[in-house]
Amino acid sequence: MATPQYLRFDTLTLHAGQQPDPTTGARATPVYQTAAFVFRDTDQAAALCSGERAGHVHSRLSNPTNAVLEERMAALEGGVGAVCTASGQAALHLAIVTLLGAGSHIVASRALDGDAHHLLAHMLPRFSIHTTFVDPRDPEAFRGAIRSETRLVFGELLGNPTMAVLDIPVIARIAHEAGLPFLVDATLATPYLCRPIEHGADLVCHAATQFLGGHGVAVGGILVDGGVFDWEAAGRFSTLTEPDPGFHGLDFAEEYGPAAFIMRARQEGLRDFGACLNASAAFQLLQGVETLSLRMARHVENARKIVAFLETAAAVAWVNYPELFSHPDHALAQRLLPKGCGAVLSFGVKGGRLAGQRFIENLRLFSHLANVGDAKSLVIHPASTTHRLMGAQALQVAEIAEDMIRLTVGLEDPDDLLEDLDRALRASQKL
Amino acid sequence: MELIVDRQVVFAYTGAQPLEPTRSTIVFIHGAAMDHSIWTLQSRYLAHHGYNVLAVDLPGHGRSGGQPLPSVSAIADWIDRLLAAAGLEQAVLVGHSMGSLAVLETGARHPDRVWAVGLLGTAVPMSVSKPLLAAAKANDHAALAMVNLWSHSNRAQLGGNPIPGLWLTGLGIRLLERAAPGVLYNDLKACNDYQDGLESAARVRCPALLILGRRDLMTPPRAARDLLAALPRASSIMLAGCGHMLSTECPSEVLAALVDFFRRGN
Repeated sequence: MATPQYLRFDTLTLHAGQQPDPTTGARATPVYQTAAFVFRDTDQAAALCSGERAGHVHSRLSNPTNAVLEERMAALEGGVGAVCTASGQAALHLAIVTLLGAGSHIVASRALDGDAHHLLAHMLPRFSIHTTFVDPRDPEAFRGAIRSETRLVFGELLGNPTMAVLDIPVIARIAHEAGLPFLVDATLATPYLCRPIEHGADLVCHAATQFLGGHGVAVGGILVDGGVFDWEAAGRFSTLTEPDPGFHGLDFAEEYGPAAFIMRARQEGLRDFGACLNASAAFQLLQGVETLSLRMARHVENARKIVAFLETAAAVAWVNYPELFSHPDHALAQRLLPKGCGAVLSFGVKGGRLAGQRFIENLRLFSHLANVGDAKSLVIHPASTTHRLMGAQALQVAEIAEDMIRLTVGLEDPDDLLEDLDRALRASQKL
Repeated sequence: MELIVDRQVVFAYTGAQPLEPTRSTIVFIHGAAMDHSIWTLQSRYLAHHGYNVLAVDLPGHGRSGGQPLPSVSAIADWIDRLLAAAGLEQAVLVGHSMGSLAVLETGARHPDRVWAVGLLGTAVPMSVSKPLLAAAKANDHAALAMVNLWSHSNRAQLGGNPIPGLWLTGLGIRLLERAAPGVLYNDLKACNDYQDGLESAARVRCPALLILGRRDLMTPPRAARDLLAALPRASSIMLAGCGHMLSTECPSEVLAALVDFFRRGN
């Protein structure tokens, strides 16, 4: 029998989470630029503050504009709910603090964004939360690193900047066999290219600043709960499965069922750490999500043209992009990312670091900055910028070479981008 | 809290409140393949506003042990034994969908136990389509998708959930997926087989409130007309824009209707 059809992905990018404003009839999502919301009466005030009623109290906890973005991303990822945060880094932190405390442990892919690596490797150990980094291409290494105190398995679907592809189904199985949830950062893919929950992930986070927004004007993050992980069966997540005196005996799994994790994340982590998203940024990110499919298709199309050019350019030593047969994760990428592998790629310029500097400084259209996922094309040298705090040995282990240039391919006319690259590559060789 | 009925553990959500003998008790009964969590935004409020609340997981559902009960009358008799196990002489019963039929039948079979009944998303008879029954019998995921799709109004499928950040359509399917194989078919068959509802309704002596959703595709409001007429002391309220999942789609409206009903009863 055919499965009944829910609203499809492109429709959800435009509509999920939002009704025309009941008061004004506004079709677009209004920006509820307010810190707090007036209570109807004292009974409603008490009921809202104690979770007996649904609604908004203070924008540090929830806001109607943010709620639209949250519902929309939950729908696009196939989850039960989401919380948006002040940044992608805050979304990762929120996931961790919702599940882990002092003395607990994370197993993480070592192919991570530099800031995520710093949080896990240097910041969290100060709070006695330790991480073992493993090769994302060796799923058994994840199994081998799991300890009795491990509470989370984490990785980036497309590792930044090496574009190592995470084998979500296999690593999810390993995590679940150990009774652990699997968090996937899908920033570089977006749900247009891959929905990790469908492949076995339990939680998904994004730096929404990047391809979800796509315009580079708003910083934000999102944490999505798949609602699949059985916290009670796992038996080691007391913050979700036991009465909490801090919430007058509330047991989140009992109270909210499949939404236990995301409800605790909002009611505790978002409140106590305070990394909320402001409503204006949520509105700006929503504008990006509305065109996600159109933009990602064009990003991928342009990236493929750039990769084809770089593959044959005389000044290029190597090119790293999962759609290439030469990429070690090519077959896996074909399975998990059939629509394309995104628009971030890396390559080496012949002539080493000096040639790389001349290349970057001779680009005219590509903007030299520390971000990815803008409509405009971007370039950076990761070893000296975004990943500099990792140190030489960690860089080597993470396969971030001294000659690596990272590109984010934007939405410009691809011929203009090719001409820009060609000119800068020629200049790089005139030493 | 946990109770023992028929030598099986029964989970009952109480809003983290102890049962007070001096208070009226409201027992919530969920629908097919669901559990107590559909009542969160009614049960928690009531538990903190002067009522004892028991939002139970039926046998073989949620956190309760045992096997799913095979018929509406079996659930009704089980509710009678549940009240005895909880030390309750009488309670208000509130049920959704299949749970509403069980509540109705309890009111007919055990009238001394029931002080009032609230029937949400209800219809008598509650016929289930053959394709849905067939898919449920085969444990085909399409059956869950059908139930989830038809249980939520178009409005709810678009979003705008009263609980900030929760996606009702996703939450609905995850809840159904938690049910063990065979549970949905058992429950849908129990609904479909229940043919004596109107005769039972005529025997219900206590006040009854029907809460119906204007956009309910599973139990359209017109399918509740005969039930409303058959109940001797019934009133109804229609929630505009609401589908079958009244307690989650329109939680505040449902709570307000229940609170008003209880106050009138008092």
